[in-house]
Amino acid sequence: MSLTDTLDVRPGEQADLILRRASVLDPVAGIEGVHDVVVRNGEIAELAAPGEAVAEGAEELDAEGMHAFPAFFDPHVHLRTPGHEHKEDVETGTRAAAAGGYCGILAMANTEPPVCTAADVSALREQARAGASVPVGFMATVSRGMKGEELTEMVELREAGAVGFSDDGLPIVSARLMLRALQYQRLCGGTIALHEEDPELSGEGVMHEGPVSAALGLAGVPSVSESTMIARDAALAAYEDARIHVQHLSAAESVDAVRAAKAAGVKISAEASPHHLCLTDEEVRSLDPRRFKMNPPLRRESDRQALIEGLRDGTVECIATDHAPHQAEEKDVPFEQAAMGVTGLETAFAALHTELVAPGTIELGLLVERLAGGAAPFGIERPSLAPGSEANIALCDLDAEWTVGEDGYESRSRNSWCAGRTLTGRVMVTLAAGRVAFRLRSFSLGVAA
Amino acid sequence: MKHLLAIEQLGREEIEAILDRAESFAEVGRRDIKKVPTLRGRTVVTLFYESSTRTSSSFELAAKRLSADLVSVKSAGSSVDKGESLKDTVATLSAYDPAAIVIRHPYAGAAQLVAQWTPAAVVNAGDGKHEHPSQALLDVFTLRRRLGSLEGKRIWIVGDVLHSRVARSNLIAFQRMGAEVTVCGPPTLIPRGIEELGCEVSHSLERLGEAEVVYALRMQQERMSESFVPSLREYAATFQVDTRRLNPRQLLMHPGPVNRGVELSGEAIDSPQSLIAEQVAAGLVVRMAILYELLAGGERPAPLAEGDGSAQPTPIGQPA
Repeated sequence: MSLTDTLDVRPGEQADLILRRASVLDPVAGIEGVHDVVVRNGEIAELAAPGEAVAEGAEELDAEGMHAFPAFFDPHVHLRTPGHEHKEDVETGTRAAAAGGYCGILAMANTEPPVCTAADVSALREQARAGASVPVGFMATVSRGMKGEELTEMVELREAGAVGFSDDGLPIVSARLMLRALQYQRLCGGTIALHEEDPELSGEGVMHEGPVSAALGLAGVPSVSESTMIARDAALAAYEDARIHVQHLSAAESVDAVRAAKAAGVKISAEASPHHLCLTDEEVRSLDPRRFKMNPPLRRESDRQALIEGLRDGTVECIATDHAPHQAEEKDVPFEQAAMGVTGLETAFAALHTELVAPGTIELGLLVERLAGGAAPFGIERPSLAPGSEANIALCDLDAEWTVGEDGYESRSRNSWCAGRTLTGRVMVTLAAGRVAFRLRSFSLGVAA
Repeated sequence: MKHLLAIEQLGREEIEAILDRAESFAEVGRRDIKKVPTLRGRTVVTLFYESSTRTSSSFELAAKRLSADLVSVKSAGSSVDKGESLKDTVATLSAYDPAAIVIRHPYAGAAQLVAQWTPAAVVNAGDGKHEHPSQALLDVFTLRRRLGSLEGKRIWIVGDVLHSRVARSNLIAFQRMGAEVTVCGPPTLIPRGIEELGCEVSHSLERLGEAEVVYALRMQQERMSESFVPSLREYAATFQVDTRRLNPRQLLMHPGPVNRGVELSGEAIDSPQSLIAEQVAAGLVVRMAILYELLAGGERPAPLAEGDGSAQPTPIGQPA
């Protein structure tokens, strides 16, 4: 099995290398220990005893003290192409993914125009085969033009290679259209990923509704704007025995709604973003939209704790960045006028390691498991370090400290929620679909010397 | 103090200092020649993205009384109409090297952004529904004159708190001066979580009698169509401050402009316990004091010797 069976990537040389004395950790495969990771022809050939693997001419990297994880999979990225290439495109977005330790990503369809025809999907796949650093899958919209009125040609879209369906950026307001999409899924498959929000309740809201919005005089988005729609769609999915995935959970009530749906046997999965797992609405007091304005909004500490609990008990099976690049002129305006969204691919692992693992809130193994958990909900095989698997590896230095943005970004945009933060833990090398997709420059130099 | 962006950022002593300065300007206001030379040769820009009568006119007059050169820019009829961004407009105006930019803007945090983009001192004259610090200062000034001190005084802020920047700034300022504040209005117009700012919340005027000061807020017509209240008639019946609900010892305030017969009865507005006209008068001297503190503060000698100014040495008027 290869990620390239369902996703597209630029052709590249299959790697032959050895990661010497890496601390290998893949909780799902039950692997934990110091090994020489031997990659031959893009495949994990062997986890040899430390220092014992025979090089046979392969490149050797001194990974002593570093960790080798299954590379991460992000089911929620905005590549902004077509239409907004000034913010991001396939090339820059997948470079950012590679730098973040990702071996695969799914691109959302809310582009300009939205991805809603088979031709749109084919054109994007062509671009990915020409310029993607890591395998990319493309979502198609549920509704034509994302207008929420008529279904797209879901069968043809799937035949053209759409991984799944999502109107992300907007909720599917019409329960009738939602029901029809779930019915049609029986014909064509493809998980339907949902941005859950009741626009009637969100209104003009620009941040979480609570004491901070009261203090700032900003219109609030109540938690129930999200959780009531999750409850509705879980009921519809149960009714049609359909498969849904809830995007970017933000509120405690939403975690409860997903947990209840799972307990009732609904085929539902859920993701949470690094920023919702690390930040609260207290950050909005700075009125800095570049780092702290996104949809759904940052919420209270109790919501953050509920998301973390969801990660622990499996209600939230994956972490997704909702990487949403924007240019400076869309963010250098008052908070209410600013575009929503922050970038996250390059910092997800480091931020979550710094904020959740280092203080002991969650185990390293859990973080690794959840960062790779975004593949399975879309029928894609989870990256694994078990011998015989395709080489999808993130080699990380957990002690490396770096300041975000200091050396620029791989992304074309700079609206990182981590901008200026000093993080502990850094991706040094990424292997994706058997290829070396990223190497931190200083690390490469160190090895050469 | 480099900028005045939010009451939130001021301590009690800083508030007192501005109010004391305003008192001295009130004294100047009683002279025949009301102008002082403090800001001679310096430029004040007022940049208003929203309509305003009281705030814009009082800031403009304050700048003139301090002998500053004044440039008034309104968004209508300016290059803002042509789609110029706030950042570019501020850069353009900053090229005139103004000492201060006074900005009103429909969105929260605008003044704070302007302060990042210009070397001038920035005064927030109202940013969205966030803050209106000069209003809060003039209201505290007005009350201090009447009551001496706000310590332990009970103040009720009544009406559309949700959409009011005045409510937010005053809530903070009154408390910082030692008062106990209750906000009162229908649940649809009281922001969720406001009590974390330290005030009490009431949805009825029943206990209004316990207040020493009643501060009424403007109720806008369009709130009805947005279903915040079922009708203005019912709102007035339930929440209008009138002479029946007020007792004669209570002081009545309102930031203006008033909707007569909605949040306040005509009789209450015109009653002797109403401080509305005093608030307007206070607006001028308090805004003079704000400009003074920002542009000439840090130098303590009193600038206020009587005269036409031209004969005065001007020890102040230099940048702090």
